[in-house]
Amino acid sequence: MIPDWLDLNTVWFVLIGALFTGYAMLDGFDLGVGALHLFTKKDEHRRILLNAIGPVWDGNEVWLVTGGGALFAAFPNVYATVFSGFYFVFVLLLVALIFRAVAIEFRSKQPMRWWRQMWDVGFACGSVLSSFLIGVAMGNIAWGIPLDARGEFAGTFFDLLHPYSILLGVTTVALFAMHGAIYAAMKTEGELHEQLRGWINKTIICFVICYAITTMATLLYVPHMAARVRANPWLFSIALVNMLAIANIPREVTHRRDGRAFLSSCVAMLALMTLFGLEMYPHLILSNPNPEHSLTIYNAASSQKTLGIMLLIAAIGVPLVIAYTVSIYWIFRGKVKLDRMSY
Amino acid sequence: MDVLTLSRIQFAATVSFHYIYPPLSIGLGVALVIMEALWLKTGNPLYHQMARFWTRIFALTFALGVATGIVMEFEFGTNWAAYSRFVGDVFGSALAAEGIFAFFLESGFLAVLLFGWDKVSRKMHFFSTCMVCLGAHFSAIWIVVANSWMQTPAGYHIVETPRGPRAEITDFWAMVFNPSSVERLFHVLCGCWQAGAFLVVSVAAWYLLKNRHVDFAKASMRVGLSIGLVASVLSLVSGHESAQGVAKHQPAKLAAFEGLYETTTNAPLVLFGWVDAKNERVIGPKIPGLLSYLTHGDVNKPVTGLREFPPEDRPPVQRVFQLYRLMVGIGLAMIAVSVIGSFLCWRGILFRHRWMLWALVFSVLGPQIANQAGWFAAEMGRQPWIVYGLMRTSEGLSANLSANAVLGSLILFTLIYLLLFAVFVYLLNDKIQHGPDAADLVPSGKLALPRRQ
Ligand code: HDD
Ligand code: HEM
Ligand code: HEM
Repeated sequence: MIPDWLDLNTVWFVLIGALFTGYAMLDGFDLGVGALHLFTKKDEHRRILLNAIGPVWDGNEVWLVTGGGALFAAFPNVYATVFSGFYFVFVLLLVALIFRAVAIEFRSKQPMRWWRQMWDVGFACGSVLSSFLIGVAMGNIAWGIPLDARGEFAGTFFDLLHPYSILLGVTTVALFAMHGAIYAAMKTEGELHEQLRGWINKTIICFVICYAITTMATLLYVPHMAARVRANPWLFSIALVNMLAIANIPREVTHRRDGRAFLSSCVAMLALMTLFGLEMYPHLILSNPNPEHSLTIYNAASSQKTLGIMLLIAAIGVPLVIAYTVSIYWIFRGKVKLDRMSY
Repeated sequence: MDVLTLSRIQFAATVSFHYIYPPLSIGLGVALVIMEALWLKTGNPLYHQMARFWTRIFALTFALGVATGIVMEFEFGTNWAAYSRFVGDVFGSALAAEGIFAFFLESGFLAVLLFGWDKVSRKMHFFSTCMVCLGAHFSAIWIVVANSWMQTPAGYHIVETPRGPRAEITDFWAMVFNPSSVERLFHVLCGCWQAGAFLVVSVAAWYLLKNRHVDFAKASMRVGLSIGLVASVLSLVSGHESAQGVAKHQPAKLAAFEGLYETTTNAPLVLFGWVDAKNERVIGPKIPGLLSYLTHGDVNKPVTGLREFPPEDRPPVQRVFQLYRLMVGIGLAMIAVSVIGSFLCWRGILFRHRWMLWALVFSVLGPQIANQAGWFAAEMGRQPWIVYGLMRTSEGLSANLSANAVLGSLILFTLIYLLLFAVFVYLLNDKIQHGPDAADLVPSGKLALPRRQ
């Protein structure tokens, strides 16, 4: 059923990349809205922000859950190594995600000030911490982690918190905050909308600074993450797309075309993830030191049979998922209005 | 304590906390579908009010189900890495299928169910409710398939790899329809329907006792009791099927359920009692022959006892025995409660019997306790295996985890879960005390448009 020329391992590398990119583009904006949440002071504004992401945040998080499940199925060795090796990173990520999820649900259930304040803090901290930890995990995967001959993580928790991974964590927070500000501006009107427009510019500046530092650090200290682009100069066009997309955001915002600004931001993320994937391929985790222990899409994969079955599952499931994701966003299009069922 | 014990406690604690909420979401999902169907059919605004009220409760249980479920998915990798490497090829696809087919469906249409009341037509809203309910059932299907494969592995072979042996899939459908998956799924779903139904019943009984929202309570009571009655009887049927499957495929587990040491024909069924593990016997009233009859339909057929298994292959007998009895006991009690309740309700004299209303108020606890007891019995009965007959629990652990790390995360999760549980109960109680919204008797938005006949 599956043609011979198709390399299933590569297909799954791309598909899992696509799932995590989808996660970054979608959950990225609601994590970003969380990061900005405490900067709005009025209760009504906070409610509007929450309801802007209300109908969609849970579905967005499913991209992460499904990405994790797909990683488990397609590359179980990577799933096992990363999750057990980054034990505390993931425990903290879980705690952050739990608080975020329940804070959204609980906040508006009681009118007391302290109650709302408490869950607002939970929501904002959970969002910032999740974004940061996702960045830290990415940073470690790019930098490389110590692996032993069996492909097990051979370091400690503090080995994971080196300057480069922290830098990537901060960059991720900035990226998501920018993305979230644009999304929120798209969904709001009036006073809050004008306020958010100001924030978009500030978050763009933050992000561009972080991004410039990260790029320099990568070129200087993590040269293997630029090797493929160096060898194939035409790939530089992807980096160019990324920069143009970011540069386009302030232009669209000035012309009050928030929808297009949001699309630009999505394109920028897509380009970033594509570059990341291209530089990693065919590695999934680099071993540093001892690169011969690295996990690749071949030595860490499930059997061809499983990869084939999963491809079939994806071929049936993904079109459905896209169909109802699009319809949900369509049903809830337009500016947020609070009603009786709102948070 | 060692890493193994701590990891097991952490897994058991996180999964049992998670399992408070999915049964409520699944059971309430069914109740919501029925309420909305009644509303569509009759146009009676009372059913609209019911659907709205129970949607709010549903949102609460769902949020906690999501928040605690992610922990479970990550925990396979964090604490059970060796196990994940061993089963990933077989097990991962069920987990991935759950994400693609179930969670996306559920979370997508949930948005319409919760926030779409005034945005979409009645039919579209009903359709979304059905999809959320279906999604919740799908996730039960895939997770139970995965767990059943660990109980009765099928459709795989063992392959040597540079990182040690692992199970690889040979036949996807044999894996999905492994010997225990169908009856266990059926049984798990019955437990979920009971959990949801008796929550509805319990709240309705409370309102009747307090003489509040009487019309609302009576209508909710009818819906809840109908689901509860059917699910309670089916629990017994499916539980019995499961037990026969266990006798065939996991004889050591059945022997532990029944505290049977000696392989005998005419094996007795112990009603309740105490396992005297040192002398390998059970103290308590017995019905001779009934166990042989229940497992084989014939008193003259033998039932395998624990002595057939070396001590290192036996599950912890006392705990499994008691938990199993607790579940079955509650199961029988739930049948009694729902039969009597339904009879009184059908005769229209239920609200005159205050003792019965009180019983119904507390009935909400029954399915919750039985669900937990059932999982603990099934999972402990599988010990010492993590994958029955293939991998021991002690071999499934992550290689370089320190006991302190697990202790730290265990304490962290325990504190957070206690907090969440307290808030959940507080908000649930608050919503119940607040009661249904009178404004919900008047449909609003698009729903208010006249229906085309
Ligand atoms: C019988 C049903 C059942 C069982 C045994 C389990 N779950 Fe569960 N799970 C559900 C039924 C469910 C559900 C009803 O579908 C939930 C609850 C609320 C929800 O959103 O979905 C859910 C939520 C849920 C989520 C969040 C999904 C989201 O973000 O929308 C994850 C990742 C898991 N579960 C994973 C697990 C794992 C790894 C389990 C095994 C150890 C497990 N569940 C046992
Ligand atoms: C939601 C319902 C479930 C409950 C309540 C439950 C309960 C438990 C309990 C109590 C234990 C500890 C057993 C012991 O220490 O003796 C355990 C262990 C375990 N269960 Fe389950 N389980 C559930 C579902 C699952 C599912 C669906 C899976 C897999 C797909 C699973 C996989 C495991 C694993 C990997 C362990 C660890 C090994 C061990 O400690 O025994 N469980 N579970
Ligand atoms: C009425 C009599 C009942 C009988 C004879 C019965 C029988 C069984 C058996 C034999 C198992 C073990 C299956 C296995 O290990 O593969 C089991 C598990 C379980 N039971 Fe029951 N049960 C009954 C009632 C209930 C009730 C009322 C509930 C909850 C409302 C419940 C919830 C569960 C759960 C959640 C499990 C674990 C999942 C599984 O292994 O299927 N049971 N039951």
